[in-house]
Formats: sequence, structure tokens, C-alpha cells
Amino acid sequence: MSHLLLLVPFAAVLLLNVLPKRARVAGIWIAFGVLVLETAAAFIAKFGWVDLSALASLDQVFRFHLAPDGLSELLILCAGLVGMASLLVAWKTSHEVEERFTFANLVLIALVGINGIAMVHDLFSLYVFVEITAVATFILITTRRTGEHGIQAFEGAWKYILLSVVASVLMLLGIAFFFLSADGISLDAVRQALATGAPLAWVATTLFLCGLFVKGALVPFHGWLADAYTAAPAPVSVFMAGIVTKASGIFALLRLAQEALHGAAPGREILLVGGAVTIVIGALLALTQTNMKRMLAYSSISQMGYIVLALGGDLSLGILAAGFHFFNHAVSKSQLFANAAAIEKELGTLDMTQMGGLGSRMPVTAGTAAVASLSIAGLPPLAGFWSKLLIVLALWKAGEYSFAAVAILASLVTLAYFLVLQRNVFFGKREDRWAAVHETATGLLVPAVALAAVTIALGVGFPFALKVLLGGGA
Amino acid sequence: MIWFTILLVVLVLAALWASMATALLRATLGLALTSALLAVVMYALGATLAAVIELSVCAGLITVVLVSVTSLTQPRTFKEALAARRSRLRRFWPLPFVLLAAGIGLSFVRVPVDIVLKVPAADGDVRTVLWSLRQLDLFGQILILLAGVFGVLVLFRKEAK
Amino acid sequence: MTIVIPQSFWLYFTFFALLFLDGIWCMLATRNMVRVLIGIEILMKSVTLFLIAAGYLSGRMALAQALVITVIVIEVVVVIVIAGVILGFFRKHDSLDVGNTREMKG
Repeated sequence: MSHLLLLVPFAAVLLLNVLPKRARVAGIWIAFGVLVLETAAAFIAKFGWVDLSALASLDQVFRFHLAPDGLSELLILCAGLVGMASLLVAWKTSHEVEERFTFANLVLIALVGINGIAMVHDLFSLYVFVEITAVATFILITTRRTGEHGIQAFEGAWKYILLSVVASVLMLLGIAFFFLSADGISLDAVRQALATGAPLAWVATTLFLCGLFVKGALVPFHGWLADAYTAAPAPVSVFMAGIVTKASGIFALLRLAQEALHGAAPGREILLVGGAVTIVIGALLALTQTNMKRMLAYSSISQMGYIVLALGGDLSLGILAAGFHFFNHAVSKSQLFANAAAIEKELGTLDMTQMGGLGSRMPVTAGTAAVASLSIAGLPPLAGFWSKLLIVLALWKAGEYSFAAVAILASLVTLAYFLVLQRNVFFGKREDRWAAVHETATGLLVPAVALAAVTIALGVGFPFALKVLLGGGA
Repeated sequence: MIWFTILLVVLVLAALWASMATALLRATLGLALTSALLAVVMYALGATLAAVIELSVCAGLITVVLVSVTSLTQPRTFKEALAARRSRLRRFWPLPFVLLAAGIGLSFVRVPVDIVLKVPAADGDVRTVLWSLRQLDLFGQILILLAGVFGVLVLFRKEAK
Repeated sequence: MTIVIPQSFWLYFTFFALLFLDGIWCMLATRNMVRVLIGIEILMKSVTLFLIAAGYLSGRMALAQALVITVIVIEVVVVIVIAGVILGFFRKHDSLDVGNTREMKG
């Protein structure tokens, strides 16, 4: 089945492009179908609902060396959910058939990239699929160039591309150093090389990790993210915030921590410090923003710091905590960007200083935004509370008390900026010009409600979910 | 050994020309020259297939792309170009000295570096490696070319005014 | 005339570092977006050189070449996309000045 995860979206892209022009309207729905299959694939892999032994013959034709495991299933599930949400947002916010068609194609190409990242166990193949996802995303940011966004779209793309190229150079440098110090560039070879403690291997790891840090927008390499997320058209922001940045940078860190680092001391120090700095700076910067998407972008940076911080704690608990937080953030942040898309569509602006009192006019948007905000801030009984708790526990178990304290204190700042967002947008006095605003189209509400429901369900039903996650995760 | 080092030095000089040349077209030419020299270095080291691809793709295709972009974006008036030329020299003149200093400095480093050597017999032929071991990368190449096609469609389309 | 290829790591690292510095300087010190692209290209050349050198030094030339071939293909696509973005900037601002890429604040 792992081959199918790469081949089906590819085949779908080919199919979309041989369709006659008039049938291109169906493009976005074909892509949606592929994403439904993607989400299902994660469940099939975990629970084995469908017998896939007939597909074993594919292994003879393609020799792809893929090795999916529990961590892969996590990323695949996230990709499916976020992808579906972003396609629905694209359906309702994009008015030209050509634009939606291009969006569908590029999302499918990025999906192959993300599935590849999920399943490879080789550093260079990881690089290749990260680049595929990145190039597809560069183009996605520039797909809508009219209106207020138009000029900014190129600027966001430019900054992202430049830093992404530097990151690629760092990753390739790391790979070259692994040539010199390891038995190859598969994860097994890396693990063996690190186990011997050879200094050249650590140089290689540091370089490769720095490349990943840039792609994942961890401080101090976060400069590109706010501009890219803000300038991108609404569905692209959902897609980027939900899965692309996480898959390109953070997921590879999870994979390396699981397979190769094994809690070795210098690696843990980097993760702890890098994570803590990212959390704090991201949260503080988010507090000062007036543009809704920009605030959400800095919030994303901060939450990525939590995932990295978790990896610096006790290893098995840390990976579980990091994976869970990864999932929660994918769900909640995509949902918040979908809310932002709704507000942008109805109001025409994302400037929070001009908003206010929208809660009564847009109840569903307000309600779901509240759910996601509280979940990310870590309030029980929502899913975010459990993942934050696990992160703190992982740090505590490893004896990193000061970092655990940072994590808890930063949650307060997180709560603060989300309260600012809620107050400025949904509560307070409503300006006259928004008097005629009404709740947005159902198509935009479906992803918001669905993702919020997932957050609530996971939060309330966590003990059961824990049993399931432990079965296949760490 | 001295000839090879000279080759590498000329490579760096070509790259220096590419970054410091005043006219954009000359800089592009410098880049093409750098790619060609790199291909020669690669060939000397034994990477014949990669050298050919570097030569044809980088020295060829990318030069064409750069020249196309330059011709599509003819910007300035003569006065602006002259002013830009002067300020560019101000920003770039330290570069050769920095490179010289870095080169001399690095050549004095004598930290021993342990390199893991693989048994030579098991190295194999590039084509076998590419087609049997790294099929996934080939699939990746196809996909990124597909993405590139969409990039061209999205970015190079004539703007509807 | 036979050319003797040196086996020393520091030689190749030095020249990689020089090319890398040149590329970074070019990217940072220029006011023209097309030159930033040239700087990016020089960076990629430096890594290509180092990858081949690493393959040569460790005896894994076949693997190194396979990787470099893929890297070159990716490099081309990235260059084309960047060229497209530059074109987009030019159409909006009628200028290639890098200052146009610094307008977003916060």
C-alpha cells in the first residue's frame, strides 16, 4: 500500500490533466476523493480493515524502499484531514475554475511529497520529497495574484524560497558529511554512525538538523513564515499551516529522534534550547500582531517549539507527546485558518483593529474559533490540554524542570494572545459597517465544525485514544 | 596536484566574476563558465555522468532561463544603471579580499579528519545505482518536473489586464 | 600530462567554503533580484562540488553521482520557479529592486 500512497495522487494529477477543459470543474472533487482515500489509508494501515495482500505484486515492479510505521500513519492522517479542509476552503473562496483546478493539482503533487516524507528511511530521499512539497507550495502561494493580496503573494513566496534554498544547501551539506562518516545515508547507517560518537557524524547531524529547522521555521530561522502565511491565499494558508511546514521540518525531526538520536546528550540540548526559545519568541511576537493571519502564523511558530521541546525530554514519552501535539496543532490551526478565511470572505479584511462584535453575527465561526483557541492554549477538556500535559510530563520525567516550567508559563502567554484575538474579533462593540455581516457559506463552515468536533472528541475521549496511539505510535 | 588546485582556483575566480560583473549578461556568462569548470572538475574526479549532466543542464539550460528572465525584465534608464553600477562596486569590492583571506586561513587548518572508507569493490556503476537503488529519487524527479510545469503555467502566463 | 588528484579533505572543504561565501555575499549584497538568483546558483554549485568530493574521498562515487544528478534536476526546477516569481515582481513593480521584497512589516 505504501506504493499506492505515492502513485495514486500522481495518477490523479495525470488524470486531471487529460480531462477536457469543460470537465475541469470536477478537478477539485477528484482531488477531494484522493484525500478521502488518504485519510482512510491511515486507518486501514492501523486497523487493517481492508485486505491489501493482493497489492504485494507492486513490490516487484517498483523498488521504492518504503517503510511505513506508526509515525507515518500519523502524518498521513494529518495530511488527509488538512488536505480535505483546504480543498473545501478553496471551493468556497476561489471563484475561477482555473484557479481551483491549479490548486487541486498542486495539492496532489504536494501530497505525494508529504506521503514520501512520511514513509522514507533514507536522508536523501527525505530531501527529495521535502523539495517536492516545497516547490509545490512555492507555486501555491502565488496562485492568486489579484486584489489586495496580489503584490504580497510574491513577497511571501520570495522569502520562503530564499530561506528554503539555504535550508536545502544545509541538508545536502549534512548528507555529504554523512558520506564521510557513515556507512551510507539510510537512517540505519546514521544511527550506527552516531552510536560510535564520531565527531564528523555529529557535524553532519547538526547541519542536517539546521536545514530542517529552517524549513520548519524554528527560531532563529522563522523569518519567512509570517509573511508567507499571511500573503498566501486562504486555502493555501490552511494547507501550509496545517501540514506543509510541519511535514518538511518537524516530522523529519520526529523521525530522526525516533530512529537515530536515541536521546544522545548533545542532540537533546539543542532540542531543548531551540524548542524553548521558539516557544517564547513565537508567543511574544504573536501578542503584538494586528493582522489575524499573522498572529496565527506566529502562534504556529510557537507551537512548533512545543513539539521540539517534547523531543528533548524522556524519549518514548516525548515522541508520544510530540506526535499528539503535532496532530492537535494540525487539526486546530487548520481550523483557525479556515475561520480566518471565513472572516476574510465576509468582511474583506483581516485587520483585527477594525473588527469587533462579530460573535453574534457569525456564531458558528466564533464558536469553532473558541474551541480551537482554547485547545491550543491547553485548556481541559480539549485535546490540546492532554498534549501539553504529556509534553510537561515528558520533560519532568527527564528531570528538565526548568524547561517544563517554561512550557507551562508560555501556555499563559498563548492563552493571552488568543484571548486578545477573541476579544478583538468576536466580542466587544460592533462597528456599523459590519451590521450587515452574516455567517459565512456552509462550505466554509463544514471544515471548521468537523475539525472542532475532532478536537472536542479527542479531548473528552482521550484515555481511549491513548490506548490506540500507544498501540502503534512510539 | 598543482594543476588540479589551479583548476579549483580558476573555478572560484569564475564564480567571483559571476557575482561581481557589472552587466547582468556578463554575470550570467560567468555562471555558465563556473558550471563548465565545475563539470571539468567533476570529470577529473571520476564523476563522468554527473559532469555531463551538470554541463548540459546547468551550463546550458539554466543559462537560457537566466538570459530569458533578463531579457523579459529590461528595467532601467541609463542614469539609473550608472548609479546602480557605482553602488554595486561599493558593496562588492571587499569580496575578493575576504575570499583570499578565507582561502589562506583555511589552508593552514590541519585538524585530522577521519573518513569512513567503503570497500571499493562494492561501489558499482552509477546507472545501476540510480535505477535499482534509487528508484524513489527518479520518481521524485518526475514529480518535481511535473510541479515545475505547473510553475511555468502559473507564473509565466500572460497577465490578463 | 597526467593530472594527480589530491586526497585531502581540507582542500575540497576550503574550495567549497570559498564558493559558499561567494554565493552568500552575492545573495546579500545585491540590489537586483536576478543576481540573487545567480547567488543561489553559486551556492548550489558549491554543494555539488562538496558532494562529489565527499563521494570521491569515501570511495562512493556511484552513489554521489546518483545524488548529484537528482540534485541538479531539483535545482533546475527551483531556478525556473524563482525566475517566475521575479517575473511576477517585475510585472507588479516594473523594477527588479530587492527593496520591493521587504514591504511586509511585523
